[in-house]
Amino acid sequence: MKRSHRLWLFAVGALGMGFVYCAGARNLPPWGQYRGPYGDAIAQLAVYERHTTDTVNAVTYDYRGFDTLGEEFILFSAVTGVMLLLRPEKQDSGGKRDEKGGNPASFRDRAALSETVQMFTTAIFGFAVIFGIYMATHGQLTPGGGFQGGVILAAAPMLLYIAENTEAFQRIVSHPLVEFLEGAGAAGYALIGMAALAMGAAFLTNVIPLGTTGDVFSSGTIAAISACVGVEVAAGFTLIIFEYLREILSQKKNEEP
Amino acid sequence: MKFPADYPYFVAAWILLCGLYGIVRSKHLVHMVISLTVVQSSTYVLLLAIGFRRGGYAPVFAGLHTGARVVDPIVQALMLTDVVVETTVVALLLAMVVKAYEKGGTTSPDDLRFLRG
Repeated sequence: MKRSHRLWLFAVGALGMGFVYCAGARNLPPWGQYRGPYGDAIAQLAVYERHTTDTVNAVTYDYRGFDTLGEEFILFSAVTGVMLLLRPEKQDSGGKRDEKGGNPASFRDRAALSETVQMFTTAIFGFAVIFGIYMATHGQLTPGGGFQGGVILAAAPMLLYIAENTEAFQRIVSHPLVEFLEGAGAAGYALIGMAALAMGAAFLTNVIPLGTTGDVFSSGTIAAISACVGVEVAAGFTLIIFEYLREILSQKKNEEP
Repeated sequence: MKFPADYPYFVAAWILLCGLYGIVRSKHLVHMVISLTVVQSSTYVLLLAIGFRRGGYAPVFAGLHTGARVVDPIVQALMLTDVVVETTVVALLLAMVVKAYEKGGTTSPDDLRFLRG
């Protein structure tokens, strides 16, 4: 199809979609006047039923926990897909990973690194790790949770990469434990759900004692699942970063000779 | 839905159409993937606009008495997981772009005719 034809087709389709959208959204409540009832019901009940103060995470990891398990496995399979696609094609079994692909951190843009950048990124590395763990473990009390905390944790090795601390970066991202943790995080979520089955309740029922509202060890399975998700997201993102850097390096190697 | 007062609903539609336009006009696969993320971000605007309540607090009852007027926590939970999952799906799509370039030597969506099912 020619580009101009395609554009005309899009124009017609966009007009049609705009019409259908406006017709469909016509009876939405005016902006800023949410009518409920489900959001209000959850907001009223979650604090009493689940002893959690962050109702968003009560929805994510408990009331809607089964859906989140599905999304968790979308993430898991996407990471697996990236690893399958970007893995070097001739891979000998049992060989160390970095022998084939080389050290991904050895490739960098050759611009001189300012000392300020190096110092600051190294300095906030520890902060990023602590903040990521804090986020992943306090999702039941304050905004945060496993997804957010995991991303912050995965950003920490990237700070080392920016600071050209390549040895430490390489040690972290190519560690076999990262792969294990990615699987363990996903499995942990499912196992917490199955624990409820073993106790005679429905899948993903909140069976852990709820504790005192406002305490770190409160809210039962919400905190546990949030921590599992944090581990999985952090490991998954680290794996993606590693695979992409190795890909850049192999491209670079092909261009050089 | 009135035009100036309920503008977030229109913003969502506009972002969606911008992303679709980007996909239709795309001459590069990376551009196409990024356009797809634009399409996806329109759903965030729509969901949050539906759950928003004027003068409502964040639905976090740490230091907030229960029974306070809060915005809808359900739509926030819906998009919270999506933000992270979207990023990994984009990574997967970009990996496919890398492989398409390696196998076919092209990054133009129009030249992907060497693909056979």
